[in-house]
Amino acid sequence: MVLLLQIRINLNKIMKLPVYLDNNATTKVDPRVLDAMIPYFTEDFGNAASRNHPFGWKAEEGVDYAREQIAALIGANEKEIIFTSGATESNNLALKGVFEMYAEKGRHIITAVTEHKAILDTCKHLEKQGAEITYLHPAENGLLTIAQVEEAIRPDTILVTIMFGNNEIGVLQPIREIAALCKKHGVLFHSDATQAVGKIPVDVVADNIDLMSFTAHKMYGPKGIGVLYVRRKNPRVKVTAQMDGGGHERGMRSGTLNVPGIVGLGKAAELARIEMDSDTQRIIKMRDRLENALLTMEESYLNGSKEHRLPHTTNISFKYVEGEGLMMAIKDIAVSSGSACTSASLEPSYVLKSLGLDDELAHSSLRFGLSRYTTDEEIDFTIKCVTDAVNRLREMSPLWEMFKEGIDLKSVQWTEH
Amino acid sequence: MAYSEKVIDHYSNPRNVGTLDKGSPNVGTGLVGAPECGDVMRLQIQVNPETGVIEDARFKTFGCGSAIASSSLATEWLKGKSVDQALTIDNMDIVEELALPPVKIHCSVLAEDAIRAAINDYRVKQGLEPIAEEKSHH
Repeated sequence: MVLLLQIRINLNKIMKLPVYLDNNATTKVDPRVLDAMIPYFTEDFGNAASRNHPFGWKAEEGVDYAREQIAALIGANEKEIIFTSGATESNNLALKGVFEMYAEKGRHIITAVTEHKAILDTCKHLEKQGAEITYLHPAENGLLTIAQVEEAIRPDTILVTIMFGNNEIGVLQPIREIAALCKKHGVLFHSDATQAVGKIPVDVVADNIDLMSFTAHKMYGPKGIGVLYVRRKNPRVKVTAQMDGGGHERGMRSGTLNVPGIVGLGKAAELARIEMDSDTQRIIKMRDRLENALLTMEESYLNGSKEHRLPHTTNISFKYVEGEGLMMAIKDIAVSSGSACTSASLEPSYVLKSLGLDDELAHSSLRFGLSRYTTDEEIDFTIKCVTDAVNRLREMSPLWEMFKEGIDLKSVQWTEH
Repeated sequence: MAYSEKVIDHYSNPRNVGTLDKGSPNVGTGLVGAPECGDVMRLQIQVNPETGVIEDARFKTFGCGSAIASSSLATEWLKGKSVDQALTIDNMDIVEELALPPVKIHCSVLAEDAIRAAINDYRVKQGLEPIAEEKSHH
């Protein structure tokens, strides 16, 4: 018995490779979430819209309970939860739905250049439909100011949409203040809170949020299920449906409900509500340890505000080392980079560029996203791997050599290619 | 995206990383690319002025794995070649040898540019005309 226990302890110490530190992209499903979902695939597989037999009732019960769990996490009423396929759909529904519903009031929308593509590309689409969009530029630390938003508000402004926490740099915008300002001006406020819900306290009442998008798979739930929170009173908000069909979800989003997904999201929301404080305390310690260790390296820089930030995210540029090359050197660690080479467009991260970062710093960035499963051993391993890789690649980098010789890289005549 | 074994080999064990004396008349240096594009290659050749044979070649590269592998391979190929032979190295040879995917072809183009730039630097030092820019990349 003692021996068995010893073996188990040793097994727990063995670290599985690669280490996953890309939790801003997606998270592992919590086994407790999966357990809650499984019966809804096989036993309780009914259609939640089937009103006249127990299969439907059972599915509807599952959905109703999940709605309560989700509403409790964000301080909403359960009737204000509209299920979608994910945050991208929620963002599309919020922006397009508001634009169509409130067209008589105006056509002006305010957003920021650091938003996710699901917002920016939807805005571009709306511009073709006659919308006027103001794109606010954050300061070097990634933060917007209340004054910036106030200056942009016009009599025909119908919506301000600002993300809660940024997916690349983790910066948290002053949502409560921006939203209060919008309320004062009678303008609707939407927030893409994909990275924030489940990670930090979000309360749609205290924060004055009218519409809010989020998704299950960023908080240990399954992929393919998201929410658009739509305020029901004070003011009562309505969005025009973007799909025609059976009129589910109070007519705002038709389509048979993804019952297992919804149940999973409900469970994930409940766990987040109960465990957020203890998770955050552990995660933030590990994040800070990782960050401080990597920032002791010469010419490494933190991107975005240090203070106003998600607890599980850090984004660091290692100057004179290229991000994709760096990721190849740390192949036992799964992270993401702002380097052009890692994107289909061959453009470096527009978020980092909008902070005023030189392209070369944007190319040299790594984003680390921790989770409730991250361990101290994994952080130790990551610090060592990244430090060794950066040092090795700098020895191979002509830019590092030039920097060390005191050559100003900006004075060099580079050849375009 | 998965890298070919050869790219991984050159990336993990790069050949001929280093610096030659750029002030020497027998050393040609080519520095191509730009930091904002995410690729900078510096390729150097040391030529025996008697025989015109490249006796040593060194590189340093800021870039992705394919860029590092392309320049590492280029230095291997350059050593022992005459300057004229070196000019026949084509970027598509590098693409083929390293099995580079289409999105990484620019790394091979950069390596070819670096070879030509190094040779031209050497030629100018020797009082010769630089080879005309040939923009016939595949």
